[in-house]
Amino acid sequence: MQNEEIIKRINQLLIEEIEIDEAQISPAADLKKDLGIDSLDFVDLFVIIENNFGFKMKAEEMSDIKKLDDFYTYVIRRVHSN
Amino acid sequence: MKRVVITGMGIYSVIGKNLGEVKNSLYEGKSGIIFDPVRKEMGFRSALTGMVERPVLKGILDRRMRIGLPVQGEYAYLATVEALKNAGIDAAFMEKNAVGILYGNDSSALPVVESVDILRKKKDTMMIGSGYIFQSMNSTVSMNLSVIFKFRGINFTISGACASGSHAIGIGTLLIRQGLQEVIVCGGAQEINPESTASFDALNAFSIRESEPQKASRPFDRDRDGLVPSGGAATVILESYESAVRRGATILGEVAGYGFSSNGEHISLPNVDGPVAAMQLSLKEAGMDASGIDYINAHATSTPTGDENEAIAIDQIFGKSRPLVSSTKSMTGHEMWMGGASEIVYSTLMMNHHFVAPNINLENPDEITARLNIATRTTPCEIRAFLSNSFGFGGTNSSLVVRKING
Repeated sequence: MQNEEIIKRINQLLIEEIEIDEAQISPAADLKKDLGIDSLDFVDLFVIIENNFGFKMKAEEMSDIKKLDDFYTYVIRRVHSN
Repeated sequence: MKRVVITGMGIYSVIGKNLGEVKNSLYEGKSGIIFDPVRKEMGFRSALTGMVERPVLKGILDRRMRIGLPVQGEYAYLATVEALKNAGIDAAFMEKNAVGILYGNDSSALPVVESVDILRKKKDTMMIGSGYIFQSMNSTVSMNLSVIFKFRGINFTISGACASGSHAIGIGTLLIRQGLQEVIVCGGAQEINPESTASFDALNAFSIRESEPQKASRPFDRDRDGLVPSGGAATVILESYESAVRRGATILGEVAGYGFSSNGEHISLPNVDGPVAAMQLSLKEAGMDASGIDYINAHATSTPTGDENEAIAIDQIFGKSRPLVSSTKSMTGHEMWMGGASEIVYSTLMMNHHFVAPNINLENPDEITARLNIATRTTPCEIRAFLSNSFGFGGTNSSLVVRKING
């Protein structure tokens, strides 16, 4: 899967599954402050990511992920390392 | 002691999805019972059930509010929206006043089954997601609605088997009487799905008149053969009389008495003395005698023993005055955790629209049920006061007396 394709898929999942407003989606967006993703939404992201990308996110890896761009980078790395 | 009045009602039931539809169904004696083929395939002894379509709340509630709501929470949300509107209570009022919630609910089986199914399949709790925990708890309705509507008063769930909704209204009444709360959103909710009723079906307590679903629930009839499970949600806004007058609210009725008792006997078999005690206490609390009651909404679920014992109990207290009696479960089926609240809504609708709804399917009473003055047809009636019975497993009994306000 190409990186662009992964980013597009993540954005689509955030819009459809977490119901984030499309206009808020940008790499610089802060996951909590701008996108409103709270600790419970992160729990659902675990499920969404495994079902769509086939790997398990780890809670301890989430502490460094602040911006949407960090999340793209994380998913891209995990997809390619699988 | 403060007087407690009803200033709003809302309903989402198998005989209608709002007060207007339900009032018409009650008047017309319409049944909400169907044959559900899924239950037959699953191995149910009886595939009969009350049925109502699942609400669609996408676009109405945001995702976080929706994913914690089980189906009975969805019913309860819609019933509560209608009830608050009916009461003229808006967000501004709730911001200024600590409105409470006491809801009756005694299971949330489907989310438990679904989440454990995921765990068994995936072998990882992280795959369950964030919504199921809030759907799974018995207090799911009160916890979700208190967040959605921003309630800041009393907030918990009452689990009293098939009397849950009635006890919720009773306890809410006591809190307002004591002056501890001005407004409480009371009610009862009941999920409709096979998962929640499979173990009940195992008790041979359900009607197997599958060839005639709408005739299966026949309380007090000689040929009754069991109850029909059902569900939905009903909300009743309780308010102190002073608060209602201050707001200029329309008063639909006064909750005059709450009586309760426990049989202290068998886990599932009802008796006579427990219901008698509950009814007597409700009359005493209301300061009324039996002759003041014009209508009794019976608990009668269409089981042979339950209906017989309730008929004996009613006859013991009301044998002289012989008020009209009907069981609306003949139309709705047994709404279980919801029933005690919905039957207050049904009876209050009757009181305000001057009729008694029929006990449909009563073709031939038996020797004991013939002692009652049962309304087999829609009957015009000026109801000054009614009594509503709700009984449940473990021998829990609740009786509520509601009357027209007299100034």
